[in-house]
Amino acid sequence: MNWELMWDSVPTLLGGIPVTLELVGLALLFGAAVAFAAALLRLSGNPVAERLMAAYVFVFRGTPLLVQIFLIYYGLGQFEAVRGSFLWTFLREPFWCAILALTLNTGAYTSEILRGAILSVPQGQIEAARACGMSRTLLFRRIVLPIAIRQMLPAYGNEVILMVKASSLASTITLLEITGIARKIIAQTFAVFEIFIVAGSIYLLLNFLASRLIRYAEWRMTPYLRARG
Amino acid sequence: MFELLSFGPNGWGGQLLGGAAMTVAVSLSSFALGLVFGSLGASAKLSRNVVLNGLAEVYTTIVRGVPELLVIYLLFFGGGGIVMAIGRVFGYEGYIELNAFTVGVVSVGLISGAYSTEVIRGAVQAVPHGQIEAARACGMSRWLILRRILVPQTMRYALPGLGNVWQLTLKDTALISVTALAEIMRVAHVAAGSTRQPFLFYTTAAALYLVLTTVSTAAFERAERRANRGVRRA
Amino acid sequence: MKKIVAALALGAIVASVGGMAEAKDWKKIRIATEGAYAPWNATDPSGKLVGFEPDLAMALCKKMNAECEIVAQDWDGMIPALQQGKYDAIMAAMSITDEREKVITFAGPYGSEPSMFGTMKSSPLTKVAFEAERVDLSKDDPAGKAAIEKLGEALKGKTVGVQTSTIQANFMEKYLPKVAVRTYDKLDNAGIDLAAGRVDAIFGDRSAVSAIVKSDSGKDMTLFAPGFTRGVLGKGVGVGLRKADADLKELFNKAIAEANTDGTITKLSTQHFGYDISIK
Repeated sequence: MNWELMWDSVPTLLGGIPVTLELVGLALLFGAAVAFAAALLRLSGNPVAERLMAAYVFVFRGTPLLVQIFLIYYGLGQFEAVRGSFLWTFLREPFWCAILALTLNTGAYTSEILRGAILSVPQGQIEAARACGMSRTLLFRRIVLPIAIRQMLPAYGNEVILMVKASSLASTITLLEITGIARKIIAQTFAVFEIFIVAGSIYLLLNFLASRLIRYAEWRMTPYLRARG
Repeated sequence: MFELLSFGPNGWGGQLLGGAAMTVAVSLSSFALGLVFGSLGASAKLSRNVVLNGLAEVYTTIVRGVPELLVIYLLFFGGGGIVMAIGRVFGYEGYIELNAFTVGVVSVGLISGAYSTEVIRGAVQAVPHGQIEAARACGMSRWLILRRILVPQTMRYALPGLGNVWQLTLKDTALISVTALAEIMRVAHVAAGSTRQPFLFYTTAAALYLVLTTVSTAAFERAERRANRGVRRA
Repeated sequence: MKKIVAALALGAIVASVGGMAEAKDWKKIRIATEGAYAPWNATDPSGKLVGFEPDLAMALCKKMNAECEIVAQDWDGMIPALQQGKYDAIMAAMSITDEREKVITFAGPYGSEPSMFGTMKSSPLTKVAFEAERVDLSKDDPAGKAAIEKLGEALKGKTVGVQTSTIQANFMEKYLPKVAVRTYDKLDNAGIDLAAGRVDAIFGDRSAVSAIVKSDSGKDMTLFAPGFTRGVLGKGVGVGLRKADADLKELFNKAIAEANTDGTITKLSTQHFGYDISIK
């Protein structure tokens, strides 16, 4: 073990945190929107929309993220039609390809979590709201969604951690986030073990913070479960 | 273009199929190893021994908190060293080598095991305590309770969760392509680079994975139905 | 119970251990190559490692009376895996550089190729005229300096794709630090991105860049700018070995010298490159 090398690599590796956080943050943000739309469409009652969304979820949950990233980055760039379109401004950049892959991936998983949570909202609550004369949208906004979101938080917390880890695959398409920088240092020092241990520790720390954040959100959203003081 | 996927001398079809077989072999072995790790981890977490509790907690926290790619790299480049260190404890001074398959299975098995630990622990806790008390009252030994009461019911409760772990394991094997083991992803990556037809080969890889996940989902559903055959549906 | 579990676990570890190497008399040598750097080394559709280096490795092993196995290893883990003992030698178009000699040693060199840029035929880069055809970086000549300056001017605001941890990546860092560089795991992938227009040029070994240009998807590509040699680009391509294996180095050096004099290298080189890359 070369402790000095490990110590020296810390600041350089920490320099990768902003890119990692950008990847995770944007992918979760866009992914939430995709998941929301996909979950609603799957519960819409429209058979075409339901089938389409089921297919989307099936494909993105059934294949490894690495394949999805390579397909979007190297695969799409192969086509003249893609390169000629306005999309190319984004797809040209490895960063946006990674965001797209991560977004579609987390969107598929999150939509299933959200769908399950919506379906688990007690029927009695919906009936009660209807009896109060709430419209469909109002009922969804005031009753179903808040309960569903509360319900899905623990599962979503896992998804956030999976995304932090998944962002490391962006290094395979030339992006310099934490893992990318780690690989770059290894290319110069050949010290795989030392550098990846430091990088791994940074991920552990990030995930620890992420899980704390989710737990705090859970605590905030369930005031009624707290013991009255 | 489709000649590239054929089984002829210029086609990668044979390699891709071989890759699919390799993916299945690695996934099955890793999943099985993961079940071993998972059972050990779950019993450690459920035991009253503080040291075992702590060890299991450290195991699941680290493996589930560090990117899979890093775990695989660390074992690929450090696994031999760890095994040799163990060997030296037992007086073996020679060089011990781990091949790519072993490294792949062990690393994905470790990851799979961390998730299995949680699933199995939850399933064990789901077995109603009254049943164990009843078994004890009947005079069953600890071993017999484990065999007759705990394990059969735990398996039933754990099946859906283990189905998810299996899917995760199957997809994680794509990451061991970095160890140059010729599974689906490795073959697709090499073929895409050398023929410069990335779309064709990554789409094929995705299709192969979809087939594998579909087949295994169906298999798990059957297993679940079978495991639940004696249970009344609410 | 616990002892049984421990014994079982230990048994599993021992059983999973692949081969245990015996004392090293170098009757069996494992040689790693990348399999993605044609014509030096490549992977054919049956998954076999082919090219100049696998062939040369076999020829050298014959001279050393050793049984050889060629294994694939990704480029970025090539040296760490050698140090870990996953194989005994590297033959993967790896140039002998001071940086690498700090951690491993080399036998040879057995070949040498200049480094060259590739770009699209439609690129303005092709219109830049260079006076020098070859630049030796170890010499301090004004023509070479002028060429590098011109290159830096032409590549301003452009992106160059290189393979990670290569002499070409080092060259870009040292001589053209202002040019944006994107590093790839394989040069093949940089080639895909050149065709897609994500990078404006790729920089690699002349023969490897030529191989991409000559492929189906490279029909709109061309080489440009002078070929660069020596200096940061190293002292030719050699066999990478662990520093501890001085005896193996001696064996390889002897075999390479023999292969040089009896024309084996020239023959294999002409077969795979179309010209002679051997060092006379």
